[in-house]
Amino acid sequence: MNKECQECGAEIKIPDDSLVGEIVTCPDCGADFEIANKTQNSVDLKPAESVGEDWGQ
Amino acid sequence: MVELCVLYDKVRFEEKSIYNKALEKGLVIRMMDSRKVSITTESERNEFALGDVILQRSVSHFRGLYLTACLESLDFLVINGFKVGEICGNKLLTSLCLARNNIPTPRTSFAFSAEAALRVIHSKGFPVVLKPVIGSWGRGVYPLRDKETSNMIIETREENDNPLSRIYYLQEMVKRPSRDLRCIVVGNEIVAAIYRYSPDDEWRTNVARGGKAESAPITSELEDITLRAAYAVGGGVLGVDLMEDDRRGLVVHEINNTVEFRGASSVSSRDIPGAIIDYSVDFAKK
Repeated sequence: MNKECQECGAEIKIPDDSLVGEIVTCPDCGADFEIANKTQNSVDLKPAESVGEDWGQ
Repeated sequence: MVELCVLYDKVRFEEKSIYNKALEKGLVIRMMDSRKVSITTESERNEFALGDVILQRSVSHFRGLYLTACLESLDFLVINGFKVGEICGNKLLTSLCLARNNIPTPRTSFAFSAEAALRVIHSKGFPVVLKPVIGSWGRGVYPLRDKETSNMIIETREENDNPLSRIYYLQEMVKRPSRDLRCIVVGNEIVAAIYRYSPDDEWRTNVARGGKAESAPITSELEDITLRAAYAVGGGVLGVDLMEDDRRGLVVHEINNTVEFRGASSVSSRDIPGAIIDYSVDFAKK
């Protein structure tokens, strides 16, 4: 399934095994989006949360 | 049957592999976005469908830590628990804990004002490594090699709005090969050990910074110091990071309570997510 990038309009490929909460990146502009909802026929994206100072290990 | 829950705020390789492995094992597992959970002082455990044991995997340290405190107050089992997260998520508390338990660790000084930090830097001599008390992926870690640069970086830290910026964690620069070690500890066992090599133009070894992973042998010395360090902070599912000091041998410099293991999985023959799930199921049964 493909989704249109909300920033630049390019096509973002959504892998079949992706889960809600995963981040996908636009191959053209590099913008990150979080998979907000996913059903068999549709996927909703929202802008990914920006990296916080307390992120990661 | 034990039901598992993964608390996440960003699904990475680790959360996805834990989820998929649990399904493969025929277990019930749910993914819960930690940003969507809210709890009150009147909350009851049965209001939350979070299973029997929760794997706290939030990428945001404070979100994960305080949500764990709330969940433990409702008697949920959380891996790792609040106390473990509180120590491991804070380099100052980790260093104090390691030192108190006689676990070899780099010599580290703590200062609580710019003036005191500069006094420590000038008295210790260069180089010295300045690290943020909270933070990861090597961000904000500076090798200080001269007085002028040190003054400028301390000044920058003073101007930062984050109060933790004014807590200064100054560590000796350990003389080591261009690599460190990460051991993935699950309960009483090291399930994988890797060397992390710095990229060519970088001295930090974090895989997030392009560091290369390579399988490392689990020697008896490595096993002893790693497991002692893991027990010292409370145990659980942990990433213990060590350096090979030229003179002292292995020293533990960091312990991660929401350990990332993508690099380790790529070079290890062990099933890391499988080991985490087995441990979690056993933990729930105890």
